[in-house]
Amino acid sequence: MKLLVCISKAPDTTSRIAFTDGDKRFDESGVQFIVNPYDEWYALVRAIELVEAQGGSVTTITVGDATCDPIIRKALAIGASDAVRIDANPTDSSQVARLISNYANDKSYDIIFAGKETINHNSSAVPAMIAECMDLPYVALATSIDVDGDLSTLNCESTGGTNNVSVKGSFVLSATKGMAEQRIPNMRGIMSARTKPLTVVEASGVTATTEVSKFTLPPAKGDCVMVDADNAAELVRLLREEAKII
Amino acid sequence: MSVLVYIQTQEGKATKAGLEVASFAKNMNVGDVTALVPGTLSGDGGLGSVGVSKVLHFSEGVTDNSQLSKLTQAAAQSVDASTIVFSGNNDGNSIAPRVAIAMNVGYVSGVTCLPEGKTFTRNVFSGKATAAVNVMSDVCVISITPNSYGIKSDAGEASVETFSADIGAQRVVLNGFTPTSNDGSVPLPEAERVVSAGRGLKGPENWGIVEDLARALGATTACSRPVGDMGWRPHHEHVGQTGLTIRPDLYIACGISGAIQHLAGVNQSKVIVVINTDPEAPFFKAADYGIVGDVFEVLPKLTEAIKEL
Ligand SMILES: Cc1cc2nc3c(=O)[nH]c(=O)nc-3n(C[C@H](O)[C@H](O)[C@H](O)COP(=O)(O)OP(=O)(O)OC[C@H]3O[C@@H](n4cnc5c(N)ncnc54)[C@H](O)[C@@H]3O)c2cc1C
Repeated sequence: MKLLVCISKAPDTTSRIAFTDGDKRFDESGVQFIVNPYDEWYALVRAIELVEAQGGSVTTITVGDATCDPIIRKALAIGASDAVRIDANPTDSSQVARLISNYANDKSYDIIFAGKETINHNSSAVPAMIAECMDLPYVALATSIDVDGDLSTLNCESTGGTNNVSVKGSFVLSATKGMAEQRIPNMRGIMSARTKPLTVVEASGVTATTEVSKFTLPPAKGDCVMVDADNAAELVRLLREEAKII
Repeated sequence: MSVLVYIQTQEGKATKAGLEVASFAKNMNVGDVTALVPGTLSGDGGLGSVGVSKVLHFSEGVTDNSQLSKLTQAAAQSVDASTIVFSGNNDGNSIAPRVAIAMNVGYVSGVTCLPEGKTFTRNVFSGKATAAVNVMSDVCVISITPNSYGIKSDAGEASVETFSADIGAQRVVLNGFTPTSNDGSVPLPEAERVVSAGRGLKGPENWGIVEDLARALGATTACSRPVGDMGWRPHHEHVGQTGLTIRPDLYIACGISGAIQHLAGVNQSKVIVVINTDPEAPFFKAADYGIVGDVFEVLPKLTEAIKEL
């Protein structure tokens, strides 16, 4: 089985969110970066499990500059076979998807995995876009996958429930909770990750179709109105008369 | 210029998410709103009442997002749409990006309010910030964060036309569907009221008081991540940075500490109520109303008080 897993760099979940360049860019100073949790916990780990059980290789692919290398090494330490980094600073999801598709097009991957979204951009767009670029079927929000020869069977979250679907041949999936359990890399993994191949490829000329003109932080919340624990009726009154919400 | 909206129906009527998307499209004020409805439709599906002037009905039930993408492109072409609007729910999110790539146009997901020209506002950093995004192509595809805009009625009736298009072969086969809740509550992403509980509930056997409150309020239940991880509640109820991001009108947090990763998914709720025994719980800093108290005592009283309304 030849699997490709899309890995993205994301700020640690406790990072202070601030902007620079006239609020056009995320301020990375002092920020600790992690593998985007959906990519790592669900997509990568499940791909590794499949290859452990059935043989083959797991290649990770990342669009980004050299600051992504530490998180790519982490993915290798968890168990990916090798890694590709497309050297670019993408500004929108279509650019990421087109760059990945251009690279993957002639490599006949059986399944392309991605997380359901990144925790910084939250677009949920890249995997669907890769599928369209490569004219492949796409299964979104997969919570489980079993592969039997060229037939894959998946459960995935749909609006208001769970779909069970099957697909023959190559396809793209986005992974979400349920797919696998987080894996902590062990010492052997960390040591071997240092020597696993990380190939850097030039970005082909792909332009973005959208641009962020300004980031804004939400306004600070006002004070919390405290209600006595014995006075539930007062809370209900406030919700009805003051907040006008019930 | 015209706007095309992709609408899902349930028993022939536009879903709540669908009505919201149509309202949004109408109030963008950039031209007539045409609705593309795949699957069952009765009458105009209630779409005229939110400002849709024409419904294109594709009667086959289709589930493969690559086919639905082709269908949407054909409809967009037939009405010369300058904007194509989806609900940012699971289905919309799997079709809309495909449409944008196929048409080689810009895509903005998770839009939360009406645009200014071709500049759209969306949530980023899991709700910790917003971004204004400019679309550089003439046509744009967008998806709307559920429950961010609401339904605005607009008297009228939509004409209904049968629509057909070559949508290619089905490649993802749907074997079965299991609904997540059979209690008839609104799916979490679309819910206007949410009652959420955390580790403070001590065990899955104690969820009765959470469900009672939710039922009294007509709310949907949610939970913190550890509660989902421990299997006390199903995964799909998990909200936060690594779960669902929601923005209900009312979010009641019971026995949840308010860790930054939890807040990320819920801090855009219009009104937040926190019930926690610990007056120092960080959640109070993000709350509008708070009760320092034991959920096992407060929740039943609150449920009673609501029932008395
Ligand atoms: C990378 C990463 C991603 C994460 N993503 C998420 C996420 O998406 N969503 C999420 O929720 N968490 C997430 N977390 C976990 C998060 O950091 C917290 O650990 C978690 O939210 C805590 O859940 P809790 O509030 O239910 O439990 P606790 O932190 O244990 O809090 C329980 C609360 O209940 C109160 N309590 C106890 N007994 C009672 C009682 N009888 N009555 C009233 N109150 C009581 C306590 O005072 C306490 O405040 C993430 C963590 C990491 C590292």
